[in-house]
Formats: sequence, C-alpha cells, structure tokens
Amino acid sequence: MSILVYTENWDGKFKKLSLELVSYAAAVAEKTGGGVTALSIGRVEHDELSKLGAYGASRVLSVDGDQSGGLDNQLFTRIIAGAVEQTGSKVLVMAHNNSGKALAPRLSVRLKAGLAAGVTALPESVDPFIVERKVFSGKAFGKIRVLSSTVILTLPQNTFEVKETGGEAIIESFDPGVDLSSAATEIRSVKKQEGRILLTDAEIVVSGGRGMRSPDNWGPLEELAESLGAALACSRPVSDEGWRPHEEHTGQTGKIIAPNLYMAFGISGAIQHLAGVSSSKCIVAVNTDKDAPIFEAADYGIIGDALKVIPELTAEIRIARDK
Amino acid sequence: MKILVCISNVPDTTTRVRFSNDATRIDLEGVQWIINPWDELALTRAVEMKEDASSPVSHVTVLTAGSAAAEPTLRKALAIGADDAIRVDCVSDDAYFIAAQIASVAGNRDDDMILCGIESSDYNGSSVGGMVSEMLQIPSVSAISSIRTEDGKVLITRDIDGGKEELSVPLPFVGIVQKGIAREPRIAAMRGIMMARKKPLQVVPATEAEPLTAYREFRLPDPKPPCKMIAADNVRELVNLLQNEAKVL
Repeated sequence: MSILVYTENWDGKFKKLSLELVSYAAAVAEKTGGGVTALSIGRVEHDELSKLGAYGASRVLSVDGDQSGGLDNQLFTRIIAGAVEQTGSKVLVMAHNNSGKALAPRLSVRLKAGLAAGVTALPESVDPFIVERKVFSGKAFGKIRVLSSTVILTLPQNTFEVKETGGEAIIESFDPGVDLSSAATEIRSVKKQEGRILLTDAEIVVSGGRGMRSPDNWGPLEELAESLGAALACSRPVSDEGWRPHEEHTGQTGKIIAPNLYMAFGISGAIQHLAGVSSSKCIVAVNTDKDAPIFEAADYGIIGDALKVIPELTAEIRIARDK
Repeated sequence: MKILVCISNVPDTTTRVRFSNDATRIDLEGVQWIINPWDELALTRAVEMKEDASSPVSHVTVLTAGSAAAEPTLRKALAIGADDAIRVDCVSDDAYFIAAQIASVAGNRDDDMILCGIESSDYNGSSVGGMVSEMLQIPSVSAISSIRTEDGKVLITRDIDGGKEELSVPLPFVGIVQKGIAREPRIAAMRGIMMARKKPLQVVPATEAEPLTAYREFRLPDPKPPCKMIAADNVRELVNLLQNEAKVL
C-alpha cells in the first residue's frame, strides 16, 4: 500500500512540519508496507526537495510552477488527486493547517476517501483502518474507522517526532495536466507579517490575558518573547477588547497551537482557552488567583502578579542563556 | 444576492463530555444545545450584509442536517435574522454524509454564497464546507476572516500562514469562515424572537449517502499530573525547572 504525502512549501522552503509529515508517512508505511512518495507543488530547488528523502520519502514528485496565484482549492485538489491516482496511493497524508483544512475535504470527495482530520497518533490498525483523533475540542479522544479503501489523514503540527532515516529520494517532475495559472480565485494583494516568529511555527509561546490589565503593559511581555525567541499570543477577551490583533488569539475559536512551551500570564484558563493550548508539551501559568482553572492544565505555576513576574523572568532567562 | 448559511447544532462548549457505558457513543442526554460558534459568526456576518442597504445581499437561509432536536437552534438562527430555515432530517457523525445532505439541498437552489464555519466544536473535523464545495464543483475559500461585497463582486480576506490575502472569487462559492468575520456573534432581540416563530422552517428527508467513516470508541484524555507550584519570589527556580526538568529551554 503506497503512501502519498503532500508537502507544502513556504516561499520555496520546507518547514519542520513538512519533515514531521514525511516521518509520519514513513511510520504509517511500516505498517501498511509500500513506499512513501512526497508531492511538492510550486517552485522548490532540487536541494530542498532532496531533504525529504532523508526523512523517509523514496520518491519526490515536483510540480514546478509559478505559485503567485496562491492556493486555489480546486486547482490544488486536482493536482493532488492526480498524484494519488498516478502513484496508486491508498493513504494520503497532509498537514492539519490552513491549506490542509482547505484541501483534504475536497480530496475526500474527489477520491471517495474517508478523512480522519487532525490525527493524534499512528493508526492503531491499518486493516481495518483505525486511528485516534481529538473530539469535542480536546475534551475527548475518538477512534475513527475509515470505511473506504483510500484514506486521508491530516496531522497537526508538533504531533509526531521528526525522524531522520538518512535515505535518498528520486526526484521527478510531475505533470498534473493542470494549468497552475487557471485559478478561479484571484489574489488581489498579500500582506505578510515580517520579521516575527509565527505563532503556529513557534517552539515557545508567551501569552497574555486580562491579568495584564492594559494593552500598554505588553512591552515587557514582548521583551520576554524576544529573550526566548518566542511568539506572542493572547486570550480571547484581550483580542475582543482590541488590545491585541485577533491573529494572536489562541483558544477554541482562535488559533490552536502545540508548542513545546506555552507560558500563560494573567490568563484564567477558561475551557475555551485550554482547547487551543492543551496540546502544548509544557505549560507554565502565572496568575494571582490560586483557584484559576489554568493551574489544572499547567505543569508549573506561580501564584503572583504577571506584571511583576514577567521582567524578573526575562532577567533570569537572560542570565541562564548567557551561561 | 442570496446566502445559505450551514449551521451545526452542537453541545454547549462548557458541557462535560460523557460516553455511553461501552464508550462507543457520546452521551447527549441533558445537553444544552447551541449554534456552533463559527457558524454563528458566519450567520451574524450574513445578516449584517443583508441589513446593509448598500450590499446586494437580499436573503439569508439557514440550513442544518440533524434531528428534530436541532429545531430550537434553527429558531434561534431565525431570531438572529435569517429569513427561512431548512432542516434535513438525519443523524450522523460522518462529515461526508452530512456534506452530501447539504450539497443535495444546495444543488437545487440558487444561492450565491454558501457559508460554513471552519470547524464544529463537537467533531472538529474542518471538513463539511470543503466537501460541499467539491460535491457541487464550485470554488471554495477557507480561513476567511472578512467578507464584503463591492460592485456586485465578493471580496474576501483570507488568513494564510503569517499573513493575509485579499482575493475575489466568482459566484457561487463556498466560504469557510473563521474568527474575525464578525466582531461578535449577534444576540437575538425580543422582536427577532417573536418574528422567528412565524418564519418558515422546512423539513426535508435525507438523501442517500454512504458514510466514509465511523466512530468506534471514545475515551477521556489521560489525567495530568498536578501543577508544580513555585514561589513568586523564586523565578530563578522556574527557569531552572524549565531547563533541567522539563528540558524546554
């Protein structure tokens, strides 16, 4: 049973997430038998493509082309479906991110392939195909059985450990018979966040809630983020009040993240907030209220005023890092 | 311009999750039902556009695929400002089956925009909107944080990794919306609630569709070890633990 993994690129580069996807696909292939083929769409250099081989892809199909048309869901669906059919793949692995969420459901219909979205582990069995995923915004896990012969799995970031195999992939160009410039959607302008670590990419995230008391108090939190190489996040009331942009809102209706370290300052930890951060590997909470629910989700806690703790923490981290 | 808003009837976010005795089903006894939060934002934005005299949006229909238990939620959507409601009579937790129900209704209508929330707070699959668009063979745009009309065209802001894109899309299309699309979900006013009683709510039978997935078993997350508390005047100890115990610094 061969496996296809769609590895998205960002300005011609892959991310750790791409390697996680290939590693995951390789581990699934150990259960199903068969090889892993990676599919890349857009202009990516040969050296970058060959990286995927080192994590378990034996073949890389590259659809070279101008990507300025952005993600057109219909076009990309046609290309990926074409690659699944051409390679005879029975399992398609994709990221559970913006583009994966946009494409996987369309592919599910096009390929008549059951979709297990946001899987949390390797499949428990591959015949029948059973895999676990989170349901009820992380309040429970459900084992889902995929009934169709072709399976689509989407994997969230930081769910599966990257594993280098040292292999080499054969890189081939792939002609999907689809014109990349024939998109139905038309991009009029693009605004990119410059020079800051993306919240969804960050290994460390520092986050502020209402306990920060005023948008004017964010300076020290920004300094802490800088000392850690961390991204900034916030709770829902903070983004609703307009203290911080909504892109920073983490929680059920905001961004769902899974960094190695999540530090919550002045966040009480409502269930909606925890739904967005509970997959973090380690959670630190600083709050004046000893009964705040955030402490039930946290690994380390300080009962205290965030505004007092933050500058001290920045100073201690600078000392520790200088050693 | 007509908008079809697809809504999912979900247990209130603060509901404690319980299972049937053999853990093969979610126990929904006594659950408080709400409009899925993202769908509620989609509905709010649709109604805002309809009320805006400069916008060509003239009609908003809400659609759900679910049991009769979803009807109070549909009435609430009518109270918020939708003109009419449709319920496809069925029960399923398979996204493909649900999408087939929506596509079957939408395929026989002439809506210009079909709006769906980016995920539902029960099964969190982010699946139904995209599936509907592929079934109907029309464009879809996901992760929409703003939508407006200008000279009869629909303009969209979509969140991408690390930024935003402005784009235009031909009609009809499926718009999959997230936070930002509306400032806050609209709360039904008394007048809306009164009017909702008289608005049409049509029930249609389910169409045949083969589910592609089925849940076998549920479990609760593993309990977390208790939080290690550190004195507020000993921040150095926290850094030490993060470095040497948790090994995350």
